Amino acid sequence: MKRNKKSQIKDSRNDRIFGFIVDFLLIIIGLVTLFPLIFVLSASVSDPVMVNSGKVLLLPKGFNLDGYLAVFENEWVLTGYRNSFIYTVVGTFLNVLVTFMAAYSLSRKDMYGHRLITIYMVFTMWFGGGLIPTFIVVNKLGLVNRPVVMVILGLISIYNCIICRSFIQTSIPYELQEAARIDGCNDFGIVWKIVFPLSKPVLAILCLYYALGHWNGYFNALIYLDDRKYQTLQIFLREILIQNSRVKVDDSVDLEAMVRRAQMAQVMKYSLIVVASVPMLIIYPFVQKFFVQGVMIGSIKG
Amino acid sequence: MTKRKSPLVRIKESWRLYVLLLPAVLYLAIFHYAPIYGLQIAFKDFVPSLGITGSKWVGLKHFKYFISSPQFPILMRNTLLLSVYSLIFTFPLPIILALMLNETRSVVLKKTVQNITYAPHFISTVVLCGMVIIFLSPSSGVINTFLKMLGHEPVDFMTKEQYWRSIYIISGIWKNTGWSSIIYLAALSGVDPQLYDAAHIDGASRLQRIWHINIPGIIPTAVLLFIMNCGQIMSVGFEKVYLLQNSLNLPVSEVISTYVYKTGLLGAKFSYTSAIGLFNSVINVTLLLIVNKISSKVSDIMLF
Repeated sequence: MKRNKKSQIKDSRNDRIFGFIVDFLLIIIGLVTLFPLIFVLSASVSDPVMVNSGKVLLLPKGFNLDGYLAVFENEWVLTGYRNSFIYTVVGTFLNVLVTFMAAYSLSRKDMYGHRLITIYMVFTMWFGGGLIPTFIVVNKLGLVNRPVVMVILGLISIYNCIICRSFIQTSIPYELQEAARIDGCNDFGIVWKIVFPLSKPVLAILCLYYALGHWNGYFNALIYLDDRKYQTLQIFLREILIQNSRVKVDDSVDLEAMVRRAQMAQVMKYSLIVVASVPMLIIYPFVQKFFVQGVMIGSIKG
Repeated sequence: MTKRKSPLVRIKESWRLYVLLLPAVLYLAIFHYAPIYGLQIAFKDFVPSLGITGSKWVGLKHFKYFISSPQFPILMRNTLLLSVYSLIFTFPLPIILALMLNETRSVVLKKTVQNITYAPHFISTVVLCGMVIIFLSPSSGVINTFLKMLGHEPVDFMTKEQYWRSIYIISGIWKNTGWSSIIYLAALSGVDPQLYDAAHIDGASRLQRIWHINIPGIIPTAVLLFIMNCGQIMSVGFEKVYLLQNSLNLPVSEVISTYVYKTGLLGAKFSYTSAIGLFNSVINVTLLLIVNKISSKVSDIMLF
């Protein structure tokens, strides 16, 4: 091979073709991934007749917001929305608090029993009692069908705790903590005044992970909640999207009206998907800038 | 520097650290370790009025019953096929995507594709499954609209056994590939750019540079993730399987976790299903340890 005299090395012809193929494939991947999202969005603002007859393929046809009106007229959707919002906000706050506190202590290798406590926590990642014994315990504590169960269960994710611990260990200089100690600060003061303000990137990521879990999870609600007035949005979504329960009971005998209702119900599903997914899609851009910092440090190994 | 102090003095000096740990430790004690203690009902005939400790020991009765039951081979087959197929088809994709994103010279293209492929991760499993069912609907689903345009008969995908696993895996790929590629992109950003330049000067093509520099750079991450995945083989996600199930695809879609939910909680067979759950966890942990051991022998990469 001949060396190029210029400092900027030129790509060979094959390399340029390779680069072109990579770019082309990335564009295809992007478009294919995007299509379902665009389709749902378009269908949600289209004329029900157009959607049901398969006329909507990519762009909205016959602009129409009735689907959204139907969503906001559905009292259970609103109840679920409110409940999920409360569980998400309260739950995420508690999650981040408990995780951060534990992560700080775990980051202190000088703490007596550090290794034992770490094993105690990490063990739960790989082995647990499973569904039934957990249910028996929760039931014994009288927490079944109590809304509080939704913020207590999953109080701490050990995986997230390890991410947070690694961040504290690697990105916050220990000398800073030592200096504060010499100035007369105790461990509480160090956590609150030194470590907490410097941990913003990882806290943002923990918030995202936990909030996503609360908002999108439906397992705990399915198992532990009975009362419809406590149920989460995802449970009602399941009824409407998957079990296909009729949104409104129809007592009219007018066939044409029934057909319209059925078509309406279909469009409402698309609107519902949009309404249910928007809160989390909105959070993401705010958290995104912390991603590089947070995820890299937290990688996998503690 | 202080000399080594006695444990009691050290605990006393840093009592605040233990206070910070307390909520986490208590939570795990109640909601993780108490259920592990409760697992003994797998070896008992649990009667709620007698409690966990008071119920009568029956040894391995429930395990024997499960292994000899007609459901056992079906459940094992469905669970293993689903998770092994998922692992084979979904594991390499985030690596390939990350390598491609790392290779493109256009910052705009990279950022756009990243953001688009991350988006599905924020959609809930319920919504994902709802979308799958709506899209595949034989009467109004968009997939069947395309099929009709191409002159095919519409297919009722959700009721056909042969499509179920593909539907499960493809929808999972759509949701998770982008997000999972983040960790590999992070690993790739740790590769020393000088290596790249040096290889370039020595005349390595781009493909060769990927093969000899980038791939070795991400292998440790990939191996760790692979080991962790092997510890999950027996526990395919309950949520998604349960949501995509219907009475017609049940012969391929009933897995251990959904069976435990239905017979255990809805059918109130607590001891029997705890035994199944334990059986499940033991296989998971064993696999994790085996793969970890093999990996540490072969490549020095291990989880613990």
